[in-house]
Amino acid sequence: MSTDTFERPDDMAAPASPDDPFLVVENLTVKFPTHDGLVQAVTDLSYTVERGKTLGIVGESGSGKSVSSMAVLGLHDPKHTRLSGSIRVGGVEVIGASEDRMRKIRGNDIAMIFQDALTALHPFYTIGDQISEGYRIHHKVSKGEAKKRAIEMLDRVGIPQANRRVDDYPHQFSGGMRQRAMIAMALVNDPQLLLADEPTTALDVTVQAQILDLLQDLQREFNSAVIIITHDLGVVAELADTTMVMYGGRAVEYGATREILTHPEMPYSWGLMGSVPDVTGDADARLIPIPGNPPSLLNPPEGCAFHPRCPHVDKVPGDLCRTTLPDLVPGDRGENHLKRCHLANPGEIYTEEVLPEIAPDLIDPTTGEMIPELAAVDPDEL
Amino acid sequence: MSGFIVRRLLSSVLVVILTSIFVFVLFFKGLGDSPARNYCEKLGPGKCTPAKLASIEKQMGFDKPVSQNYAQWAKGIFVGRDNVYVDGKTYECPAPCFGISIMTGNTVWHDFKQKFPATVVLAVGGATMYLVIGVLLGSLAARWRGSTADRLLVGSTLIVSSIPYYLVALLAWIYLSLQLKIFPNTGYYPITENPAKTISWMALPWLVLGLTNCTSYARFTRGQMVETLSEDYIRTASAKGVRTNRVLFKHALRAAIVPVITIFGLDFATLLAGTIFTERIFSIDGVGNWGLTALSTPIDLNVIETTTLLLAVMVVTANLLVDILYSFLDPRVSIA
Repeated sequence: MSTDTFERPDDMAAPASPDDPFLVVENLTVKFPTHDGLVQAVTDLSYTVERGKTLGIVGESGSGKSVSSMAVLGLHDPKHTRLSGSIRVGGVEVIGASEDRMRKIRGNDIAMIFQDALTALHPFYTIGDQISEGYRIHHKVSKGEAKKRAIEMLDRVGIPQANRRVDDYPHQFSGGMRQRAMIAMALVNDPQLLLADEPTTALDVTVQAQILDLLQDLQREFNSAVIIITHDLGVVAELADTTMVMYGGRAVEYGATREILTHPEMPYSWGLMGSVPDVTGDADARLIPIPGNPPSLLNPPEGCAFHPRCPHVDKVPGDLCRTTLPDLVPGDRGENHLKRCHLANPGEIYTEEVLPEIAPDLIDPTTGEMIPELAAVDPDEL
Repeated sequence: MSGFIVRRLLSSVLVVILTSIFVFVLFFKGLGDSPARNYCEKLGPGKCTPAKLASIEKQMGFDKPVSQNYAQWAKGIFVGRDNVYVDGKTYECPAPCFGISIMTGNTVWHDFKQKFPATVVLAVGGATMYLVIGVLLGSLAARWRGSTADRLLVGSTLIVSSIPYYLVALLAWIYLSLQLKIFPNTGYYPITENPAKTISWMALPWLVLGLTNCTSYARFTRGQMVETLSEDYIRTASAKGVRTNRVLFKHALRAAIVPVITIFGLDFATLLAGTIFTERIFSIDGVGNWGLTALSTPIDLNVIETTTLLLAVMVVTANLLVDILYSFLDPRVSIA
């Protein structure tokens, strides 16, 4: 694969086929040259999202979640970024597209909701100005009409007295309202693809639930494709149809959300599960953190990037984990559940070793088996 | 809002009063009775008898304590005085009375009113020039940070600030005005009479003032812009599909300009109090030149006191205005 920025004339974009998923990402690689060397932020990432569907991208900080979604919007500075692979939005190639073309796509076809609405909104402009600016860029309307649209959007996302609050500045809004305003701003042009980058991380739990509900309602209303980036498995469970787990800039597990959550096949995913507190569980139960630190993207480990932290390295014969990068391939659970791991029998290890430790209440104490409803999930059905 | 302004106004007045006391008392104490002795000796050899000296000292108030002298002087600013003694004569000095200038025999206020327009025209033109050029260059440098142009700008700032300003001004005058005659005349032509002529005479001083000062503004703006450009809301603007230039000059500059304006307000006030080198070299008959001439012997004390006091007034006013302006520039700051 070439490491250089992919130059592709705009008119060579593949024609949109109606069956094609709205967003197709193929072999996306993002590298940042720095003084210390080349940072491999995202390597060989492929996924698709269809209209009306939601993809959840999960992973810890620095796993490449945000970088990959910024690439979809073409927001990386081309001078300091090396992009390769292909990103097609509604059939239009994004990588290598001209700035002019990208600008017409940004905020119009694809919109982004950022994590911390306080810093992501301009402190010196009113909420209304910021929403209507986005509308006027892509629609030839007067200021008055744009403002009317802004009020309408604020009203839609549940801001009370929208016609008055439209003239407020971001600091006059509460955290939840700011995030609603941010969503209103993203949806003002009815985008077909919505990238939500940790939309609820900065919010308290009750507000989180409201925002997630709102996102779901809006998705149904506009039938847009949604990518939700998060490190909160709860958010994924709530919203996502499919889930991708990322580690060290690569996808390590990819499949239907329910399938990933009930039958994870990759030790890093197990680790993520183990780090989730259980509300109904024993208050004294300890969370099980993943030992070690995220890998350096400047100098990634040889072989599987997770091997220095993986407690199951010994179960793989030879030095495979340390020397050879596993492919992202279907495991025991069928074609639609991809995993990047050398373990031969991940399902067994999960039920026998991992589950009893991280979620003892999911194991039937008499039989030592996983509770039947969970075990019965058919991977192909999802 | 009004409460804040009243409080700030009171503290500003206090600063001005303190400055006036310092200036007055320091000169009064420092020079002692030498001004009186000066006038006395000018009467001619043998004519300065102790009695004569005593009478001059009495006329000038040296027999009274400094506090009374200050009170009289300060009162004169508001109600005027009618018996100001200078060199054997008493003068009428209507309010605002800042004393009589020894150089001209006019009231200081009368002279000030004549000199001030030149300084204002110089300051407004020069400051506008360095603010506009500086902010523009700084923004562009931030946009293309790391590029050759950016490094050139940062480097030139260093060079310009390490060359004495009067040298730049002098060389500009010698070459551009004397030798090449691109700007044949410099100086102040009354703007009310012939604005075109004012502009052509002022062009070179404006240019020199603008170009030498713009580098520090460019650098400051650049720093602010680089910081602002890494803010999340800049990324949000790009993600909305806003044009790069609009992101730069609307979203980023709007935030980066606030501290620049603060510095500018104070700088501008100092300019209004007179730019000595510029006025001297380009023979502009303004406040700076006036103050400089007043320093030659015999020192024209009233002029010095007045220019110092006015500088204090202008800096304090500018400070107040900047603070008020701040609340308009940054909606998060409410000065209630």
